Amino acid sequence: MPLLYTQSLRREFGGVVAVSDVDIEIFKNSITGLIGPNGAGKTTLFNTITGLDYPTSGFVFFKGEDITPLPAYKITRSGIARTFQNIRLFKEMTVFENVMIGRHFRANHPHIVKNRLINFILGRIFVKQEEYDIYESSIKWLDFFGLLDFRDEYAKNLPYGKQRELEIARALATEPEVLFLDEPAAGMNPQETDELMVTIKRIRDLGITVVLIEHDMKLVMNICDKIIVLNYGRKIAEGTPAQVQNNKEVIEAYLGKTDE
Amino acid sequence: MLNFILLIFIYIGIYAISALGLNLIVGYTGLLSLCQAAFLGIGAYSAAVLMTAFHFGFWEAMLISGIITALCGMLIGIPTLRLKGDYLAIATLGFGEIVRNIIVNWDSVTKGPMGINGIPGPNLFGFMFSSMDKISWVILIWVIVGISYYFVRRIVRSRVGRALEAIREDEIAASAMGINTAKYKIGAFTTGAFLAGIAGSLFASYNQSVAPLTFDFMMSIMILCMVVLGGLGNNYATVAGAIIIVITSEIPRLFGISHIIPPQLNQVIFGLILVLMMIYRPQGIIGRVKLNYAKILKKEILHLEK
Repeated sequence: MPLLYTQSLRREFGGVVAVSDVDIEIFKNSITGLIGPNGAGKTTLFNTITGLDYPTSGFVFFKGEDITPLPAYKITRSGIARTFQNIRLFKEMTVFENVMIGRHFRANHPHIVKNRLINFILGRIFVKQEEYDIYESSIKWLDFFGLLDFRDEYAKNLPYGKQRELEIARALATEPEVLFLDEPAAGMNPQETDELMVTIKRIRDLGITVVLIEHDMKLVMNICDKIIVLNYGRKIAEGTPAQVQNNKEVIEAYLGKTDE
Repeated sequence: MLNFILLIFIYIGIYAISALGLNLIVGYTGLLSLCQAAFLGIGAYSAAVLMTAFHFGFWEAMLISGIITALCGMLIGIPTLRLKGDYLAIATLGFGEIVRNIIVNWDSVTKGPMGINGIPGPNLFGFMFSSMDKISWVILIWVIVGISYYFVRRIVRSRVGRALEAIREDEIAASAMGINTAKYKIGAFTTGAFLAGIAGSLFASYNQSVAPLTFDFMMSIMILCMVVLGGLGNNYATVAGAIIIVITSEIPRLFGISHIIPPQLNQVIFGLILVLMMIYRPQGIIGRVKLNYAKILKKEILHLEK
């Protein structure tokens, strides 16, 4: 059974059908690419799955449970994290704090949960323990991306490539099982893109399932196990990189119809 | 003269407590609220009614009025889930006006425009605080300022404070990080209102009377000025802002030149301060402090491990 799948997921904005009855299946520990021309509904599909937007109809199942009606924060807590197409970092907070936010809901120290009020007034020790847990795992993720030296910088002062990495680090800090990356290579130079490919494989090797929207075909074709192609909100093709590359409908979507 | 300086410090303390609350709402959570004076008014009137009509002691009245105000804060916090930026500011502005009108017109409870007089002072283990004895009042109020400061500091230096800041920076990203933004936004309003309620009850008890005209829109602006002037999202700076604003507004009386410079000039000065600060130093005089987590944790945790 797939780790995450959608059942005829549909999202309409007024008369426009952005996502039209899409069924996708994401298997555990795979890298799935989601491609399609601009305006194909890729980001809308991401938003409806991760709870930032609600589908008009259809369902999203994660680990066998229906997560369609859940708000975004609950979906994140259930193990789905994401990044954004236009980077959405907490700009006026430090790199360290950005990752610590990712740890926010994981840091429920058992003693604290039991007596929240008593702890607030008296129990500084538990709060310290909690902060220490957050601190430790945040360090771990900063180290994973080589961002430790930047930790006291404001996020807005990082170079663009590092901001992208920080956004992924922040998402990973929530300990997701599935990570959705919305155009992670956008605006990166070829060398940075190569590094990103290595990073995404390292993330997969941690046992995290990756789903990504990307326009950089080199990246998509190189690292994805499966590719899903959207056009005008519909799924037009699905399969391995080789299968998708030779699919007639996909070629038409990208290059236009050939007159016979 | 000394009496007047002590009086100024009493007012600075009362304003500092409500400004600390507003800082949590505006500075940390980034929700522009223009009804802090209404919260002060609710606190002051609750305490006044409890102490005069129901003969509560000051301490119980202070706590209950803090809680009543917190509930009102929760009420105004609910629209914040849907409103953003300017629209929220207008909604809080409306709320402030509603509160003022209720106070003026609900004669049977608030005695309308006459206000409530004869509010007793606190009694601490037999020691009565009288309005004549300003030194004890200064001590009492600044002890409460200290407690409030510690209370707010505990909130902002934990994961809760970081969550509030994340909401200020980017609400959508915050919810994608697993933060229940609705809970924290209402929580910020509730806590900020609670502190204003406490400040209001101190105000009522010190003045021995409350009148509806005190808690007008200008007062909200004055408290907002304190937060903006010191530095949004910095509690230390907020207290500094309260000191600067109150002293500035009392300078004409302090130097006995109030017949030359009318008190209405304050409004001009506050407006000017806000405009100039927004243009030249939007982060405030002191600004936001970057927390050095490595240092904080080393200091706080290493001795824990020993």
